[in-house]
Amino acid sequence: MKRRVLITGLGALTPVGNSVGEAWEGVCSGRSGIGPITRFDCSAHETKIAGEIKNFDPLVHVDKKELRRYDDFIVYALAAADMAIQDAALSIGTDQAERAGVIIGSAIGGLPTLEKEKEKLLNSGPRRISPFAIPAALANLAAGHVSIRYHLKGPINCPVTACASGTYAIGDAFRMIAWDHADVMVAGGVEAVVSPLAIGAFNAMRALSKRNDEPEKASRPFDTDRDGFVLSEGCGILILEEYHHALNRGAKVYAELVGYGITSDAFHMAAPPPGHEGAVRCMKAALRDASMGPEDIDYVNAHGTSTPLNDIYEVEAIRTVFGDHVSRLLVSSTKSMTGHLLGGAGGVEAVFAAKTIEDGIVPPTINLNRPDPAAGAIDFVPNIARKKDVRTVMSNTFGFGGANAVLILKKFEP
Amino acid sequence: MALETKVIEIIMEQLGVTREECVPEASFVDDLGADSLDIVELIMEMEENFGIQIADDELDKIRTIQDVIDFLKTKGVK
Repeated sequence: MKRRVLITGLGALTPVGNSVGEAWEGVCSGRSGIGPITRFDCSAHETKIAGEIKNFDPLVHVDKKELRRYDDFIVYALAAADMAIQDAALSIGTDQAERAGVIIGSAIGGLPTLEKEKEKLLNSGPRRISPFAIPAALANLAAGHVSIRYHLKGPINCPVTACASGTYAIGDAFRMIAWDHADVMVAGGVEAVVSPLAIGAFNAMRALSKRNDEPEKASRPFDTDRDGFVLSEGCGILILEEYHHALNRGAKVYAELVGYGITSDAFHMAAPPPGHEGAVRCMKAALRDASMGPEDIDYVNAHGTSTPLNDIYEVEAIRTVFGDHVSRLLVSSTKSMTGHLLGGAGGVEAVFAAKTIEDGIVPPTINLNRPDPAAGAIDFVPNIARKKDVRTVMSNTFGFGGANAVLILKKFEP
Repeated sequence: MALETKVIEIIMEQLGVTREECVPEASFVDDLGADSLDIVELIMEMEENFGIQIADDELDKIRTIQDVIDFLKTKGVK
């Protein structure tokens, strides 16, 4: 018998705000976090905009020595985990350590560290490579450092499934608790690759928006004038707790996690198949896991990357899954404001899904001035947030390599 | 004196410790909280700053701040 899993803490660091409160207020007021790239000289790059973390003081979360040794994605994960654990008012005693774990996904890990170390190798030779190059770059070290800081000795993992990594992390952590391998899990996704190589490489794939003169309008999911995604950085972390564990300590409950589906397209390294049948099967798998039908879903936080292909195929997949219920469904993409956090997206979007249920507010899809006619009549919550009592949210993420993951959150009822 | 000041400055920066902690007999591992990777990086920083090379077997003999200063002097660093 599967055990019930509750969401009892949230932490987020996003281009729209450096805390859950700030980020949530930002997306509910339709504020874009996209701006000109400041991390490096991007004058030779085609794309000169990104969703960077701004006005963040890392020394609140790590000391100076840690800051020099860790890649940004590790610092971001520690910061968001600190916030989530504090929000949950959780302290893991030594007697509970083996029943508490951490799963944090990342698509690319410490790529910027590798770029810098490669430069040292070329300029000064192999003896100048930092002994911290590898532990700063390995993607699983975000989870590793969180487990060290909070003495979490249960399950640990780092799903590396591109843009779906954060959702895989939360879904896998959900199962760890449901299947009685742990009582508490710290779970989410992180990314920090606003770097010369990442921007250059995504540009080479023709994947990024080049709307450099209007950064705040660049991420426009489901709009006719969309021209690619905007690369962003940040982290979203959830505290997941077994039902009785949470209730016995009087924890605040945001929502219940009730469904998780994962599928593979088995189609192409980067493109979704027409009609995105992999996403169709994934949404259906999550519904089956939640013992729900399509009519039970109130709102879909879409993958909605703002790439020409993803958005239209995702809409087709949603139509296939939801049928007539589409006319009653709200669908929005918070990436219109945050940009695309790659492995961090699933984490941040699950945080927003939980807040949607808690506050009864559906965040909008901004920059939606001319909805793609191919999308047909779907309520994308254009430009302005909507007050609505939302009982269930589906959160979609689809990654390169055909890796799809979908979560379903439900309003908590004891 | 200048050499000692410079060495201590590098140690403070690399290990995130205070000037007060950097007494000559302070052990990197036991007193300054360094692990083996910290020491490798610290030595790289010394090599870079003083234009010398330190072999791995020489590294094993360096335990305290005084050891580093003595070692640098034997290499002719002033």
